[in-house]
Amino acid sequence: MNPAQNTAGIYTADRKVLARNSLKDSFARYLTKSAAVLVLLLLGGVIFALIEGSLPAIKQYGFGFITTERWNPVTEIFGAKAPIYGTVVTSLIAMLIAVPVGIGIAVFITELCPRWLKQPISTAIELLAGIPSIIYGIWGLFILAPLLQRYIQPALIATFEGVPVLEGLFSGPPYGIGILTAGLILSIMVLPFITSITRDVFETVPPMLKESAYGLGCTTWEVVRHVVLPYTRTGVIGGMMLGLGRALGETMAVTFVIGNAHKIGSSLLAPGTTISASIANEFTEADGELYTSSLIALGLILFVITFIVLAAARLMLLRLDKKAGK
Amino acid sequence: MKGLTSIMRTAGLALAGTMLATSAFAADISGAGATFPYPIYAKWADAYKKETGNGLNYQSIGSGGGIKQIKAKTVTFGASDKPLKPEALDEAGLMQFPMVMGGVVPVVNVKGVKPGDMVLDGPTLANIFMGKIKVWNDAAIKKLNPTLALPSTAIAVVHRSDGSGTTFNFAYYLGDVSTTWKENVGVDASVEWPVGIGGKGNEGVANMTAQTDGAIGYVEYAYAKQNKMSYTKMINKAGKIVTPDDTTFAAAAANANWAKAPGYYLILANQQGDQSWPMTAATFILLYKKPGDTAAVVEALKFFDWAFAKGNQMAIELDYVPMPDSVQKLVQNSWATQITDAAGKPVWTKK
Repeated sequence: MNPAQNTAGIYTADRKVLARNSLKDSFARYLTKSAAVLVLLLLGGVIFALIEGSLPAIKQYGFGFITTERWNPVTEIFGAKAPIYGTVVTSLIAMLIAVPVGIGIAVFITELCPRWLKQPISTAIELLAGIPSIIYGIWGLFILAPLLQRYIQPALIATFEGVPVLEGLFSGPPYGIGILTAGLILSIMVLPFITSITRDVFETVPPMLKESAYGLGCTTWEVVRHVVLPYTRTGVIGGMMLGLGRALGETMAVTFVIGNAHKIGSSLLAPGTTISASIANEFTEADGELYTSSLIALGLILFVITFIVLAAARLMLLRLDKKAGK
Repeated sequence: MKGLTSIMRTAGLALAGTMLATSAFAADISGAGATFPYPIYAKWADAYKKETGNGLNYQSIGSGGGIKQIKAKTVTFGASDKPLKPEALDEAGLMQFPMVMGGVVPVVNVKGVKPGDMVLDGPTLANIFMGKIKVWNDAAIKKLNPTLALPSTAIAVVHRSDGSGTTFNFAYYLGDVSTTWKENVGVDASVEWPVGIGGKGNEGVANMTAQTDGAIGYVEYAYAKQNKMSYTKMINKAGKIVTPDDTTFAAAAANANWAKAPGYYLILANQQGDQSWPMTAATFILLYKKPGDTAAVVEALKFFDWAFAKGNQMAIELDYVPMPDSVQKLVQNSWATQITDAAGKPVWTKK
């Protein structure tokens, strides 16, 4: 056996291994690529189906679909204004409550919490995220709504009587269910999203920055207000947007407690409806092309709203990554 | 639209496919539609399977869904609480017949008012659901209930939020007694409600009525009975006060002239007769007149025939009302005369 032959043998063996590896590599590449393409195809398919399904409604009503409040299956006059209003207002209420509470929890966990309490609180928050929405709906209808009806709503009505603007927001008979109740349920549902993301970004703040601030004699509040929050601003906003995305699309829990009336009431206690609740309620019994098409058009509107919110969140998270130097 | 329908059709097929696969019997009868008769269809199917070995795969997806599925030919029969008009039947090549009955009853939550205490009539009920009568001690309600102590509580109207055959029958009755209702609100499986809050399903309406002081809603009779809700009595077309139960529902059906109703398009609301409950409702089965799969339709007809012959007691146990014998005979006649195979030969012979 001469050395040259030997080298050639090793060379061939190497080439075999290399060839096999590159085959594996390209196989993995195509597999993952096709998985990625599949997602795009699915998304494209959904968009296509939504647009195709909404065409009859768009042709019939045009832009007026968004500005009409009426929803009459008998005479086939459909307008999306009431569901859009309900979707936006319930989500706003949810954010108004969940953002301060969520940030508060995150500040407590990262800055103030004793070590032994940190894990139980974090786990509890994550468990909240794991509860199926139908459970929130049932809890809202059987427990929360009667409580609101008996104690909180009459108190709200009595408190704000005679106060301009607020009187109008809290008026009418206390049904227990309605826009406000739906907003409350949603706030509980989006709280874990906001809390866990906010906590995560708070933990990206370099300890050196915080310690320097403490070293300068800052109080905990000043550190949070002037160091942590500015540093993580975009990340916190990203978390809020993700929560908002969930609130906009939530269906089952809202359907249970919103009252399902295609109306825009001046009061927050009045029943209303959201886009997803309307679809869930009416799709099975929608007969006639225009009715079905109007419901699909509602779905398209929700898709667009959610897409804008999520895209905004993506952008903000990207900016956060840049800022954190990743 | 067409694309979506075909997607839904495929999804429906896939669903039916999985359901078939899980069942041991290939000869399962497939049907889809109304949720209202689902409990009795399920009970019949169970007993029928024990007796014959043939199963029924019934998807309670709602009447609208049932009509869509039979038109898409994914099921052997469709079921609907809302009968199709004869023109619509002809257009689709379908025939329909009533299978079983029930009733819609108003339920109230007024302090001190027990089941059956309150009496209402059609126009008053329509005015309440249009928001024209706003408080319980309104003169119109007082006049019908002179001895009842009525509070000044505001009336909270509760209606179905989902499209429903129950709503269709309720709205049909209100439209029949009130022209204002007919013109302004109309009759359909879901309508543009002038007032009130929506609950999902019978259970949603029942629950919201139960927890809202001063509420009035409408539910299927079986639901009101089983949950011991405060139903009201009604003044019927003959001007008599009637209590909702199987005898008043049967009376409404007996007074209806099924023989003269083309395609059995007959809504049992507001029928003649001293004993008739004004909001009686039948639920319907839809079949193709010239089915592609004749064998499957024969299997389905065997099941319906069996249900007519042996299922009445089971229906009564679940607070449904069987069709009167005369109507069952009429329906069996229609099977023999209306459903044919491709060659035009009847697929069903009357026993």
